[in-house]
Amino acid sequence: MCQAAAQVIRPDARGRALDDDPSTGGVSFRPLSAADAGGASSLGPALGDDGGPMVQLLDASGRRWPDEHFDFPDVDVLPNWLRDMVLARRFDSEATALQRHGELALWPPCLGQEAAQVGAARALGDRDVAFPSYREHAVVLTLGLPYRQLLALFRGCDGGAWEGLDRVRNYQMIIGAQTLHATGYAMGMQLDAAGSPPDAATLVFHGDGATSQGDVNEAYLFAASRNAPVVFFCQNNQWAISEPVTLQSRTPLHRRADGFGFPGIRVDGNDVLAVHAVTTWALERARRGEGPALIEAYTYRMGAHTTSDDPTKYRTDDESRAWADRDPIDRLATYLKAEDLIDDAWLAGLDAEARDFGADVRAAVADLRDATMASLFDNVYAEITDELRAQRREHEGELA
Amino acid sequence: MTTLARAINSGLHRALEADPKVLLTGEDIGRLGGVFRVTEGLQEAFGEDRVIDAPLAESGIVGTAIGLIMRGYRVVVEIQFDGFVYPAFDQIVTQAARLNYRTAGRQGVPMVIRIPFGGGIGAIEHHSESPEAYFCHTPGLKVVAPSNASDAHWMIQQAIASPDPVIFLEPKRRYHAAGGDIDDEAAAGLHDARIAKSGADATLIAWGPSVLTCLEAAKASEYDLEVLDLRSLSPVDWPSVYASVARTRRAIVVQEAPRTLGLGSELAARLHEDLFYDMEAPVLRVTGYDIPYPPARLEREYLPSVDRILDAVDRSLSA
Ligand SMILES: Cc1ncc(C[n+]2csc(CCOP(=O)(O)OP(=O)(O)O)c2C)c(N)n1
Ligand SMILES: [Mg+2]
Repeated sequence: MCQAAAQVIRPDARGRALDDDPSTGGVSFRPLSAADAGGASSLGPALGDDGGPMVQLLDASGRRWPDEHFDFPDVDVLPNWLRDMVLARRFDSEATALQRHGELALWPPCLGQEAAQVGAARALGDRDVAFPSYREHAVVLTLGLPYRQLLALFRGCDGGAWEGLDRVRNYQMIIGAQTLHATGYAMGMQLDAAGSPPDAATLVFHGDGATSQGDVNEAYLFAASRNAPVVFFCQNNQWAISEPVTLQSRTPLHRRADGFGFPGIRVDGNDVLAVHAVTTWALERARRGEGPALIEAYTYRMGAHTTSDDPTKYRTDDESRAWADRDPIDRLATYLKAEDLIDDAWLAGLDAEARDFGADVRAAVADLRDATMASLFDNVYAEITDELRAQRREHEGELA
Repeated sequence: MTTLARAINSGLHRALEADPKVLLTGEDIGRLGGVFRVTEGLQEAFGEDRVIDAPLAESGIVGTAIGLIMRGYRVVVEIQFDGFVYPAFDQIVTQAARLNYRTAGRQGVPMVIRIPFGGGIGAIEHHSESPEAYFCHTPGLKVVAPSNASDAHWMIQQAIASPDPVIFLEPKRRYHAAGGDIDDEAAAGLHDARIAKSGADATLIAWGPSVLTCLEAAKASEYDLEVLDLRSLSPVDWPSVYASVARTRRAIVVQEAPRTLGLGSELAARLHEDLFYDMEAPVLRVTGYDIPYPPARLEREYLPSVDRILDAVDRSLSA
C-alpha cells in the first residue's frame, strides 16, 4: 500500500520524469509573478501570500506565461468562458441585491471566485459528478443546471428540490461533509469499473476553513487508502467568515496532500486557464485509476461571507483593493482583447446579455413557489409512516 | 434596558474578570465577536489567549476544551449554530458527559457549551434546530435555556461556576429584541424553574424561545393561564412543576422541537405518573412536527403559534 501511494505522488502528466519535490506533488512551478507578489507583500499574513509555488498561465495583468507542465492550447473557447464568468457574476450580484430587498433569506456571494469555479466546471466530463459546498453558483450555471433552484433554496421556498443530481449534487451547508460523500461516490465508480480504469471521477469543492474539519481529513484518508477517483478542489479564498487561512494552517493547503500520499498542487484560482489545465490533469489521472489529488485554487472572497456578514470587522480595505487588482474577469478580458479574440463590440453585446439575464433572474424569483407542508411530510421518508400521515392530517386540520 | 445577547456578553465579561482560569473558544468569536455578536469586545478586553478564535472544527474545539479542563481551566465553548454541534457530538456524549463518572469523581468537567438554538429567524438549513432532547437524554450533561435577558446574564455565570458540563441553549430569535433590565442578583438557582406569569386555570410549560410565545398566548386567552419557565431542562425542577400543575390541575407543554421523545414527552410521562389524580385533563403537547425543520418560508406553519397554544388550552379546559 505504501509503495502504491508513493507512486501516485508522481503526477506524470505527459509521461515525462518530473522532479521529486514532495511539496508540489512532483511538479515544479514558477513562483508568483513579480506583479502579483508586489501588490500583496505589504499586506501581512492575512493575504496568505506565502510565496509558495503556484501554477499560473495568465497573470493579473492579462499576460500569458509558459509553464513547464501545463498549457492551454485551445484559446478559441475562452470568449465563451468569459461569458460564463460574466453571467455568473451578474447572477451573483442580482442575488445579493434580491437578498437586500428581502426576496432571499440569505446569499453567499461567489464574487471573485468565478475563474476557479468556471475553470473547474469546464474540466468536468459527462460522466464526472461535482459535489459542491454552498458557494459554487458559477459551477451550477456553467453546467447549465437551472439557477432557479439556487434562488428557491436561499429564498427558503424548499429544502433542495434539485434537478441534475447526476451532474451536481445539491448544496451542502455542513462544512466539509460532502468530501466524504464524493469520496464514497468515487469508490463506487471504482467498484463499477471492476478493475478497469474507472473512466469517471468526482470533483468535490470545499473551502480553506473546511480543511480543519475531521470529515475533510478523513475524506483525504479514505481517498488515499482506496486510491479513489476523487479530486478535492479547495478554493482558498483566504477567509472562513472572519478567520484568516493562517489560523487554519501553517503550511500552504495543497501540501496537506503530502501526508496522505497523493499529489497536491496550488493553482492561481483567478486564472481560468490554469485552473482548467490543472483540474483537467487531476481528473484525467483519476479517471485513469491513478487516484486522488488536491487542488488548492488560490483566490479571494471579494464579497462578504454572506449577506449577513460585515467584513469591515475583520479585514482591511487595502487587502480587498489589492485583490481587486487580481480580478479574474478583468485579466481574461484584457488578454482576449490583446489577442483579438474579442473586441469592444463583443463586450458590449455581452454586457447587454448580462443585463437581460439579470432581468430574467429577478423575474424568476417572482415565479418561485413555496413547497407545501404536505410535501415536507411526504418527503421525510421514502415510505411514509402512519404516524407522519396522522401529523400531516393534524396540520391540515389546524389550517382549516 | 438591554438585550439577551448583551446580557450574556456582560455575564461572560464578569466571569472572565472573576476567574483567570475561564477561557472562551469557538469559531469567529474573537475578532468578529461571534456571528451573533454575543462575544463582541471580549477578545479586546481579555486577549487572544483567553478568547480564542478556534480552527473550523467542532469536534476539535470540544475535545481540546476537555484537555484544557483536565489542566485546570474552565472553558466556555461557542457552537456557531445548533446544526453545527453534531460534529462535536461524539466528544460531548462519549467524553465530556462521562469524565466525572469514568474517574470516579476525580476529574470534573467545568465546561459550558453555548449553542444558539431554535427557529424563527428565517434561516437556511441547519440553522434552526432544537436539539435539547439529545443532550437531556445523555447522563452526565446538564442542560439549561434562559428565556430572558436577566436570566441569561446570571445563568451564564452560574453555568460557568458549575462543576459539571452545561449545555447552554440560547434562544437565538430573542437575541436582539429589547429584553428588559438585568436584575441586581440572580433570580433563582441555575436549575430552578420560575413562574413567568401566575394563573389558576392551566399551566403552560415552556423554555427558551417558547416562553414569550406562551406569555403572548396567556395574554390573548380568555382563561387565567399560568406560564412556567422551565429554565433548566436537565435536571428538571420537578417540585416547581408539580406545585404549579397541582394548583391549576391542567398542563400544556410547548416546545419547538419535534414531538416524538422530546422533552415534552418526559414532562407528560412524569406528570401522569406522579400527579395523575390531581389533574383534570391529560397533559397536552404543542410541538414541532416530526419532520426536519422546514425551509424559511414555511417555518411559521411549523412553530408552535399562539393559535395552536390557545387551541390546546381549549381542549384541555373542555376535557
Ligand atoms: C460544521 C459547520 N460548522 C460551522 C459552520 C458555519 N460556517 C458556515 S461557512 C463557515 C466558514 C467556511 O469557510 P471556508 O471553508 O473557507 O469556505 P468559504 O465560506 O470561504 O467558501 C462557517 C464557519 C457550518 N456551516 N458547518
Ligand atoms: Mg474560505
